[in-house]
Amino acid sequence: MNFKKLNIENKKIRDFIPQALTVLALLSVIFYFATNAQINMGNRGISFGFGFLSQEASFDIAFSLIEFDGSYSYGRAFLVGLLNTILVSIIGIFLATILGVIVGVARLSNNYLIAKTAEWYVEIFRNIPLILQIFFWYFAALRALPSPENAINFYDISYLTIKGWYIPKFVWTNFDIFFYSLILAFISIYFLNRYAKKLREEFGKILPTFTLSLGILISIPLLSFLLLGVSLSFNYPELKQLSETSYTYENGVSIIPELIALALALSMYTATFIAENVRAGVMGVGKGQKEAAASIGLNKSQILKLVVMPQALRIIIPPTTNQYLNLTKNSSLAAAIAYPDMVLVFAKTALMQTGRAIEIISITMLTYLSLSISISILMNWYNKKMAIKEK
Amino acid sequence: MIKSIKTWILVGLASLLLVACGQGGGGSGSKKSKTLDNTKKAGFVKCGVSQGLPGFSNADASGNWSGIDVDVCRAVAAAVLGDADKVKYTPLSAAERFTALTSGEIDVLARNTTWTLSRDADIGLTFVGVNFYDGQGFMVRKNSGINSVNDFRDGISACTNTGTTTELNMRDFFNSKNIKYEPIAFEKADEVVQAYDAGRCDTYTTDKSGLAAQRTKLSAPNDHKVLPETISKEPLGPVVRQGDSVWEDIVRWSLNTMIEAEEYGVNSSNASSLKESDNPAIKRLVGAEGELGAAFGLDNDWSLRIIEQVGNYGESYKKHIADTGILPNRGPNELWTKGGILYVPPAR
Repeated sequence: MNFKKLNIENKKIRDFIPQALTVLALLSVIFYFATNAQINMGNRGISFGFGFLSQEASFDIAFSLIEFDGSYSYGRAFLVGLLNTILVSIIGIFLATILGVIVGVARLSNNYLIAKTAEWYVEIFRNIPLILQIFFWYFAALRALPSPENAINFYDISYLTIKGWYIPKFVWTNFDIFFYSLILAFISIYFLNRYAKKLREEFGKILPTFTLSLGILISIPLLSFLLLGVSLSFNYPELKQLSETSYTYENGVSIIPELIALALALSMYTATFIAENVRAGVMGVGKGQKEAAASIGLNKSQILKLVVMPQALRIIIPPTTNQYLNLTKNSSLAAAIAYPDMVLVFAKTALMQTGRAIEIISITMLTYLSLSISISILMNWYNKKMAIKEK
Repeated sequence: MIKSIKTWILVGLASLLLVACGQGGGGSGSKKSKTLDNTKKAGFVKCGVSQGLPGFSNADASGNWSGIDVDVCRAVAAAVLGDADKVKYTPLSAAERFTALTSGEIDVLARNTTWTLSRDADIGLTFVGVNFYDGQGFMVRKNSGINSVNDFRDGISACTNTGTTTELNMRDFFNSKNIKYEPIAFEKADEVVQAYDAGRCDTYTTDKSGLAAQRTKLSAPNDHKVLPETISKEPLGPVVRQGDSVWEDIVRWSLNTMIEAEEYGVNSSNASSLKESDNPAIKRLVGAEGELGAAFGLDNDWSLRIIEQVGNYGESYKKHIADTGILPNRGPNELWTKGGILYVPPAR
């Protein structure tokens, strides 16, 4: 009896020792490289530290979501770059998802022309290196755009030119009240949906939730305009002469062509992979499922919404998560076309101006790691929500 | 099971031993030059150059590098290895250049790099001299009617290279003039040229020599002009890693030899015949007097080889910068005896 117990403990210890040694060996290797780097840096008179983050950056950035100029710190420049990376990733993920779903469904279409077009799109854009596509959108498409004085004019409120896409600037008063009204609208919609679900499950009564939700989303913020003093006006871009032959627009907001080109290239490229995921997902749902759904009297949109999609999503989500991660990481190619993302602003410009290679590259790598992990966690949570719930 | 535990213990001990060895490595600042030894062993000088800047460092269709920066590398190779062609060139972007040098990927950086305090003192680099005195300027389209920087207005967009002093000077300049501008900073010079050519920006700013050189790459070079103003001091020169003073001296005096040779009228064709010269300064330069090479472990003909194989500074300038039409006028890059500011300490 006693001997047996000892044997079990013995096994525990036996299992523990190799693991502990592995960790020790790993730490030793890291320690070795760190010490080596430290000695070499010491020999060359390079100091190590993060104090530079609070020093003045003294370079400007063309496009920033927060206020920035050269008098701000390197730390702030990092934040500008990070936000720009997040911005282009969100735009890219949004467009890639929409385009990917459309193309994926189109490939399954019975219409020969639509199916073939979708197939060719996937084959072409999936097989050309992304960096070339970025250059294509930036240099080929950019050259095709007109100069500001001959801009492509959208009803005198927005202008597309080689120097960027100029859109009206939103000028809010009492924006915070408007913001709270939006939050209120979303909370109301949440409770409405819960109530509708209860009605459906308990009494079999179906509420037109979509129409009602839309109504709430419009009416509550509208009320804030009418009753609570929120107002919105627009500053329209105006043509301004810089010299005898060159022009620009002022007063509006400029979406720089670098952002447009990068977002386009990233989403067109990633959409091909998402399209294939969508196709796989829809094809993965058994034919019998649709026939069974039809036989209990569901109409076509109900079949898609209630039977096919919930099952297809389970197949689609995990590989699509990978594509979202790829898109985010691929956005680091921005440096090639001067979009001021984290890599260009921080890992290149700031690194050059400060010379702090090890510090800056570590920060940049850790930031990409955290971004990727955040996306993974979010998508895993969504995946779990969509997974089959065993009852 | 027992056996596998033993293996693990061995692995653990081995890695601990590795750490112990690692701390011993590194080496201290002795009189010997590790870089010189490594270069001799490898048989070539590892030199970092630009990704293509005509006149400074540019590769032709068959991959042969030429330019006044390239000639610094060639001079070092001639002095150290006896053959100016024994150079391995590594093209680097502005953003990569210093890391490549401090990490040991290259041993000399001759890449139109501006000498500044923070670069010299803070990041483990040492500038050894100046091989081109430059200043930052602006290029604009001729038909724009802009004739001076005073014609710039709010909203102007300016293209340049990222990670350069240019990017910082540009901000200082526009701030001092109180002009709002849009900075568009690319990693590679070729992309700056393409974007400016496409009309993405109204002006292209970099060192004036660079503007003159890059202008030749535009689709219609004659539609563009460089404005007369110079907004900064840009002393460009070769850089070495900090911590190897012998190597630093070799690169410094290879450059100085080229400039001093011009001062004394020694060039690639007359150098060997001047061994019989009456002027001791010239005799020292061609290795007929003194033991100057011994100071950094080289033979006495090191400087003669530089002059014979690479030429003096004037020859190099004429061949790469003047005759190519980039900057026919030497300006400040003339010898101090002829009204310029090229002045090097005496080789004695």
